[in-house]
Amino acid sequence: MTDHADAGIAQRVRALETALEGRGIVDGAELDEILDRLLTGATPRNGARLIARAWVDAAFRDRALADAHGALSELGLSMDHGPQPQLLRVVENTSAVHNVVVCTLCSCYPLSLLGPSPSWYKSAAYRARVVRWPREVLAEFGLRLGDDVEIRVWDASAETRYLVLPRRPEGTPRCTEDELAALVTRAGMIGTAAV
Amino acid sequence: MSRIHDVGGMEGFGPVDPADDGLPFHPDWEARVYALNVALLRQGAYRLDEFRDAIERLPPSVYLDSSYYERWFAAIEQLLGRKGVLDTGDG
Repeated sequence: MTDHADAGIAQRVRALETALEGRGIVDGAELDEILDRLLTGATPRNGARLIARAWVDAAFRDRALADAHGALSELGLSMDHGPQPQLLRVVENTSAVHNVVVCTLCSCYPLSLLGPSPSWYKSAAYRARVVRWPREVLAEFGLRLGDDVEIRVWDASAETRYLVLPRRPEGTPRCTEDELAALVTRAGMIGTAAV
Repeated sequence: MSRIHDVGGMEGFGPVDPADDGLPFHPDWEARVYALNVALLRQGAYRLDEFRDAIERLPPSVYLDSSYYERWFAAIEQLLGRKGVLDTGDG
């Protein structure tokens, strides 16, 4: 998009906001609060806490796979950043299975656990191709999986979101839970990278 | 009939560009569009399903030529217009 076009839409957005504020339909302080809450509260560190706990506590891992919401609440986390309640399912990578998440129709994503999604997650190329050529698309991210690894692609919807539980990195048996959480990446929890 | 948003499995797209600058919004207006949508949903100007439907109804040429938050803004404008939210008077 050109700078000129961007200035045009910026003005139109500003005009709409002003009109809505003028009628008392929205107010600027509320918009600021919405953005502040998003930018400070919704981050991949939340998802990373769940992953690290699952790595150090097998019983917690089992609970997260069976009932992700129960596991989140144990950590004081929830899926309530979006405008409506969302179900979460945690899917586990193993030596034989690799999981990757997409939303083919739009951009559904566990916002409260991963923060705002990366641009590529919302791109038509990712949405169109990862469901059909997952091995090739993962290779484009630099993740080359052996032919013996089954790839499962989860198509998120408005109602159900997915979080990948990556494999715990080798060489980390002495790491604390906090140290492990620091190793967990957003891409690892979407499934486009190993951790 | 499928609409243009239903791209899963569609051929013809090039490789994914995995670059990610980590920024949630690019120009500032994208953040305002995000916040406006949350506020409008919160106070019931329209429902989330209606918002999604408005995006999915965009003509294919507009859908494919627009950025993510341009689609959001187009959907918000259409919904507010359809529902008469900004009409004069209390009607």
